[in-house]
Amino acid sequence: MRATPVPEFMLEPAFDPAGSGRDALGLGSAAAKGLDVRHGTILTLEGINVSFDGFRAITDLNLYIGVGELRCIIGPNGAGKTTMMDVITGKTRPDNGVAYFGDTLDLTQMSEVEIAQAGIGRKFQKPTVFEALSVFENLELALKTDKSVWASLRARLSGAQKDRIEEVLTTIRLESSRHRPAGLLSHGQKQFLEIGMLLVQDPQLLLLDEPVAGMTDAETEFTAELFKSLARKHSLMVVEHDMGFVGSIADHVTVLHQGSVLAEGSLEEVQANERVIEVYLGR
Amino acid sequence: MTQALNQTLLARATAKLGPKASLAVLGLVLIALLAMPLLHLLPADNALHVSAYGLTLVGKILCYAIVALALDLVWGYAGMLSLGHGLFFALGGYAMGMYLMRQSAGDGLPAFMSFLAWSELPWYWYGTSNFLWAMCLVVLAPGLLALVFGFFAFRSRIKGVYFSIMTQALTFAGMLLFFRNETGFGGNNGFTNFRTILGFDITAPGTRAFLFFCTVLLLVGSLALGFALARSKFGRVLTALRDAENRLMFCGYDPRGYKLFIWVLSAVLCGLAGALYVPQVGIINPSEMSPTNSIEAAIWVALGGRGTLIGPLLGAGLVNGMKSWFTVAFPEYWLFALGALFIVITLFLPKGVIGLLRKEKDQ
Repeated sequence: MRATPVPEFMLEPAFDPAGSGRDALGLGSAAAKGLDVRHGTILTLEGINVSFDGFRAITDLNLYIGVGELRCIIGPNGAGKTTMMDVITGKTRPDNGVAYFGDTLDLTQMSEVEIAQAGIGRKFQKPTVFEALSVFENLELALKTDKSVWASLRARLSGAQKDRIEEVLTTIRLESSRHRPAGLLSHGQKQFLEIGMLLVQDPQLLLLDEPVAGMTDAETEFTAELFKSLARKHSLMVVEHDMGFVGSIADHVTVLHQGSVLAEGSLEEVQANERVIEVYLGR
Repeated sequence: MTQALNQTLLARATAKLGPKASLAVLGLVLIALLAMPLLHLLPADNALHVSAYGLTLVGKILCYAIVALALDLVWGYAGMLSLGHGLFFALGGYAMGMYLMRQSAGDGLPAFMSFLAWSELPWYWYGTSNFLWAMCLVVLAPGLLALVFGFFAFRSRIKGVYFSIMTQALTFAGMLLFFRNETGFGGNNGFTNFRTILGFDITAPGTRAFLFFCTVLLLVGSLALGFALARSKFGRVLTALRDAENRLMFCGYDPRGYKLFIWVLSAVLCGLAGALYVPQVGIINPSEMSPTNSIEAAIWVALGGRGTLIGPLLGAGLVNGMKSWFTVAFPEYWLFALGALFIVITLFLPKGVIGLLRKEKDQ
């Protein structure tokens, strides 16, 4: 558990001036040149409402993620966690509300593809990889590059791109299975492959839906280290049920309940919160 | 230890032999196909002479093989099952057919139009007496139709069985349109009684041999194109699209462009195959657009092995070879045999004949 005290409703991450070792992964900057983050928030959700046939999945949701922050989202089933990710990635359109990536990109006006290209990467709850392709090819497709039809017809991997893929293969510990079809990987390996695909995509904001589900303890521990090394260079939003995992990575935790924010703060704070206890344990 | 080593060495040796052996077989087939038109030119009493019937039959099957390959590109690779590829094939055929009709009509109107007492050529047939424009139409008619249909279908994210049903409806609508006399497509008789192509007698052995040669060339060209696509990143994106379209979108790829490209390319290949089919077979009529024809094309691909490039060619050859034999030997049982074949393939050979061959090789 991190010792750094985290003020409540902090929008900007606490920078750790000593921790320059996190550059070792050679990942890009927290915000691309085109992305305007002068106010220090990479993601702004304000007054978001989503309903499906009268069922209100998200009610007046307000959420801010700071640049370089690692935010964990917890909440009971049906709290609207996945729906919120759908709104951010353009899969679901909110009925009303404001969703901004950086200060200028209006997510409610962008398509899924545009959002992905703008720099939001997503890992699904169920690991989703291209099963018929090899591990290497999966990473090749996810690699940050021109993704138009014409570019794909002529694409050749450059030396630097190959090195980048090799590097991520090492990071996710799949270097010995690079030529295996992804469909033959174990559940945990698929999770890592999908995380690796996010890494080569080099997004500024990573949305991770239950990334450690089905992982062994050692793998979970390794993932926690990996995520901590990604934060600051990237902003991360992690939905997870595993409290041990959340405790080991999070600066800041948001509790969702019935489609809106119930509590926000450090894990200790939210765990001590009366309303959170009520929701989780029932009356 | 040594035994295990020997086994791996053996496996490696066979793995190396595998592609070489298949390449050798492919080469032999290609040589045989290239020899056929030459043998057709031999005098009829020569023992090696290939009859006009034989040449036309094989030429026809080769055209179908191109359709199978084109369908496999959209179905086997991109995962969109089209049950309307017969339409694109027929459109190419009709464009070529009209040119041939104009050739045999000379300066007058094609026979079926005179028969309907029309005095003028409908606007869409303008310029079809020019071979080059007719060839443009062969590409443009199926290509543009596929472009417009694909644009709206992919924009609306129509997938899976809905996509199949819509393509089926499209070809059926085309058939109904072409069946009518007043639409200017020759009604249910279609276009036939061709005499010359570019001034050459269409039934002359030299013309037949040349058309056959062109068909082989187009098939080899399509196959080479298919291989190039399958090996490119584009091909891998298509496979990814088939297996996890959502994932691909969140990787930043817009699936619409990819789908549209392969869809239009496939339609154009079918159109070209249709244009080579018509002068060899000597007739094109709306029954080519009937839904059953397009479904049969899907059976060729499934039987041969979808997602491979050689499989569909094999499937088209096998089914059509069987069909030629069956419709002579037991004409009324052909459809039952075809249905049974399809069931057996689906149940026991999910990867088609190619899958079976590969399995044998692995063991």
